Amino acid sequence: MQAAISTSIPPSFTAFRSDNSAARCHFAAGLRFCGLHRHVLLSLGEAIETRQLRKRISASLSESGASKNGFDYDLVIIGAGVGGHGAALHAVEKGLKTAIIEGDVVGGTCVNRGCVPSKALLAVSGRMRDLQSEHHLKALGLHVPAAGYDRQGVADHANNLASKIRSNLTNSMKAMGVDILTGVGTILDTQKVKYGKVGFPDTVITAKGIIIATGSVPFVPNGIEVDGKTVFTSDHALKLEWVPDWIAIVGSGYIGLEFSDVYTALGSEVTFIEALDQIMPGFDPEIGKLAQRVLINPRKIDFHTGVFAKKITPAKDGKPVSIELIDAKTKEPKDTLEVDAALIATGRAPFTKGLGLENINVVTERGFVPVDERMRVIDADGKLVPHVYCIGDANGKMMLAHTASAQGISVVEQVSGRDHVVNHMSIPAACFTHPEISMVGYTEPQAKEKADKEGFKISVAKTSFKANTKALAENEGEGLAKLIYRPDTGEILGVHILGLHAADLIHEASNAIALGTRIQDIKFAVHAHPTLSEVLDELFKAAKVEIHASKTVAEPVAV
Amino acid sequence: MASLLSSRVSPSSSLCNLSFSHSLGDKTLPKCHTRRLHFRPVKSTTIRAKIREIFMPALSSTMTEGKIVSWVKSEGDLLSKGESVVVVESDKADMDVETFYDGILAAIVVKEGESAPVGAPIGLLAETEDEIAEAKAKAASSSSSVSSPVPPSPPPSPSPSSSPTPPISRVSSGKIVATPYAKKLANQQKVDLNKVIGTGPYGRITPSDIEAAAGIAKPSNLGAPSAIPTVASSPSPPPPQQSSPPPPTVKGGAGSSGSSVQGGGSTVVPFTTMQGAVSRNMVESLPVPVFRVGYSVTTDALDALYKKVKSKGVTMTALLAKATAMALAEHPVVNASCKDGKSFTYNASINIAVAVAIDGGLITPVLQDADKADLYLLSQRWRELVDKARAKQLQPHEYNSGTFTVSNLGMFGVDRFDAILPPGQGAIMAVGASKPTVVTGGDGFFSVKSKMQVNVTADHRIIYGADLSAFLQTFAKIIENPESLTL
Repeated sequence: MQAAISTSIPPSFTAFRSDNSAARCHFAAGLRFCGLHRHVLLSLGEAIETRQLRKRISASLSESGASKNGFDYDLVIIGAGVGGHGAALHAVEKGLKTAIIEGDVVGGTCVNRGCVPSKALLAVSGRMRDLQSEHHLKALGLHVPAAGYDRQGVADHANNLASKIRSNLTNSMKAMGVDILTGVGTILDTQKVKYGKVGFPDTVITAKGIIIATGSVPFVPNGIEVDGKTVFTSDHALKLEWVPDWIAIVGSGYIGLEFSDVYTALGSEVTFIEALDQIMPGFDPEIGKLAQRVLINPRKIDFHTGVFAKKITPAKDGKPVSIELIDAKTKEPKDTLEVDAALIATGRAPFTKGLGLENINVVTERGFVPVDERMRVIDADGKLVPHVYCIGDANGKMMLAHTASAQGISVVEQVSGRDHVVNHMSIPAACFTHPEISMVGYTEPQAKEKADKEGFKISVAKTSFKANTKALAENEGEGLAKLIYRPDTGEILGVHILGLHAADLIHEASNAIALGTRIQDIKFAVHAHPTLSEVLDELFKAAKVEIHASKTVAEPVAV
Repeated sequence: MASLLSSRVSPSSSLCNLSFSHSLGDKTLPKCHTRRLHFRPVKSTTIRAKIREIFMPALSSTMTEGKIVSWVKSEGDLLSKGESVVVVESDKADMDVETFYDGILAAIVVKEGESAPVGAPIGLLAETEDEIAEAKAKAASSSSSVSSPVPPSPPPSPSPSSSPTPPISRVSSGKIVATPYAKKLANQQKVDLNKVIGTGPYGRITPSDIEAAAGIAKPSNLGAPSAIPTVASSPSPPPPQQSSPPPPTVKGGAGSSGSSVQGGGSTVVPFTTMQGAVSRNMVESLPVPVFRVGYSVTTDALDALYKKVKSKGVTMTALLAKATAMALAEHPVVNASCKDGKSFTYNASINIAVAVAIDGGLITPVLQDADKADLYLLSQRWRELVDKARAKQLQPHEYNSGTFTVSNLGMFGVDRFDAILPPGQGAIMAVGASKPTVVTGGDGFFSVKSKMQVNVTADHRIIYGADLSAFLQTFAKIIENPESLTL
């Protein structure tokens, strides 16, 4: 990375930096930040020119001490997860004096106990799968003797990644002049927050606006005893303290599915326990079916559907973990499983206790803070609470890290005087199994329901990764991309992908939805050959839009 | 999905596609089918309309054959109209194929991973349970008309009760705990979980338990209860194949007895894939100039040692392999191979392939680095290999990495024979039975000693008479003073 930075600096500048002045240090820091934290900045939607950054930093430094309008801060964010971080950076960008209160560690769930460390484990899982697939290797003409792994090494990789991203986030906020306040934040009034560590006197600060971004914690249903060793949640699993021979995963959503990918690659056998009638209930049915064929059936995985885990007892006294299953509908006892470990992946519960919501007359719904479409908090009487917003998992609209960030940015836009509403239908989601699954917009049944209600027709187009050159070159032809659209207008309603790098491929579709690009226009966009992106190219070309549908893009210009 | 199918195919093929599964009895055959050979006139009129064939559907206008990606249902599963039964891969995509009839999936004719032309029967659907047997018979007899590469075989009937291990009565709870993969394997191998003893933690059934059970469940026609390697009792010496061995998943001919075609009193049986591979390998070895050297080895000491270590699980195969490997270590040229007729390859490791007969075929599981591994480990590895070979689960490197082959027909009382050199190896040793023989000692006294005749066939381009003789001398010395084997 360091090398990349120095090559990007023109020679004159290198000389300049060697002067060692304080301001230039900032500049250098800012530059490094650009290089290192590009992923962080992406959420801002624009690249930051180093020059601007320099100006901004010096500006925020000179301003330190008071806000323009009698408040301590223009914006106080409670919770420094991905949502809070995204909001904070954008707030600084907009010239707001911003503070962020964190009671735990910067980065929140995503960075410390979620998306980030799990990606490290999944990276290992993907490579193990490649190396273990003799058939696959042979087809490529490779010969690799037996692959093995060192558990601690894998665990360290996940942990190191989390610390690295955590320090990246912290540094990026510091570099931009966000005040990071440590302690538990409590709302005293619509523009007043106190914070402090346990056992220390609280500090009260005032703010023009407050964003609640406290996120969520793993949800553990009643009757399940979590001991952190043999019965645990994703929080513990990500530390990878051991690899059980046989692990039951309660819940077959994203979290469960990703962990099944990790555990089976490391040699475990997995049993899914799913309360609904089919596993992977959140996916488009067709994708779910294919996912079952690709990600479940050929692996050392079995499943029980339509059952609740009523009681889970950790292993003790020489007995294995015991799981009592009852029928999800009749509540009759069905079976008792004896396994080596159980991972509770039944979803996440909002973390909103102790926030002082009662001080602003807000009552949570199952723990979620009620908000309107602009993330403005709604009180017990159904009225909007002025100055207070809630983003991310705490409002439960769409529990994804990047959604929290998008909502935070939207709130900052509003606070700084520009109305903005997040289009949740354009927010993609991904499951990082091997191969990956990604989606944006409606599933086919959802689209059908909407179509029936609103009286339009939908069509579906599909393409296979088997027809994609790059996928075949990688010998990864397993996969499907599916487009749900309106044939009359060419509007994209949903795109679902299962296949190699699906998580990276979805953005062409999500951007098209976000920008309102229609199929009749996007189908003429050119894709490099041979790339996986041609899967979507094929998909758009396979769609049959009625001829009279209008174009959204202005007249083409020959260049 | 079905609607999708029909909407995608061209008019000409949609006819077959729409009725990919139809009755045998009624003669409403789509015309396009009759063009294909798969649908022979119903020769067994006894089969009523109740058994239906499931055909390889035409998923696109250009599709001529399809590969079975997976059977969603297994044999014996109840099917109801509209359910997905099988996933078929065409030239472009995978498609779920649904049944148009209720019934029971009686027989799978084309297995997962295999291909069949469009219109060929890939499975049989019975209307009631009574017809399953009939359908299976039908599957067996019709198989020769299927142009799928491998003849189908009726599923082996699970008979684990005939295993040497007595079935145990389940303890108190009566609950069977099997891991997910163990269940999958049991289903694939038709192993009854009730009859498997779990050796995993808390007495659970693990995948290796199933593998063991599957190995035993198909009692081999070898008659050799121990893992001593035996070679098929075919009249000609059956040397092992090496360079392009058959996939271990392939069924041997034994399972498809019905695939014979009557003609003028004699019976013509087409080669199974495995037989084809053996045939190819044998012919391939013809241009190699070979010669043979025989040797008599006294085995009294070996027999005594065998008696001692047998209880520790050591097998004769392991003893012989170990002795061979140790001798080869001293004579690397005998472990060499000549691939191009211009140079030697001194192989880096000593991998002893041992010929084993499995139903209808012959395979050579390989004991890798046999000179380095100790006897107990070798014995254990050998047992695993034999189990895997019987379960047809050997990985290619487990049967084609040999550098020297041992073929032993001693257990059949054969006193000497001659083996054909497998392609890619320098030598193969044929081991006969050890027999009491009257010998004259140096002092003029007669005594009775057990003598075993070994006969090595070698590639004379690289291995000369003196090399082979020296090797045999070393080998005999090791066998006659076998203590070093246990070190």
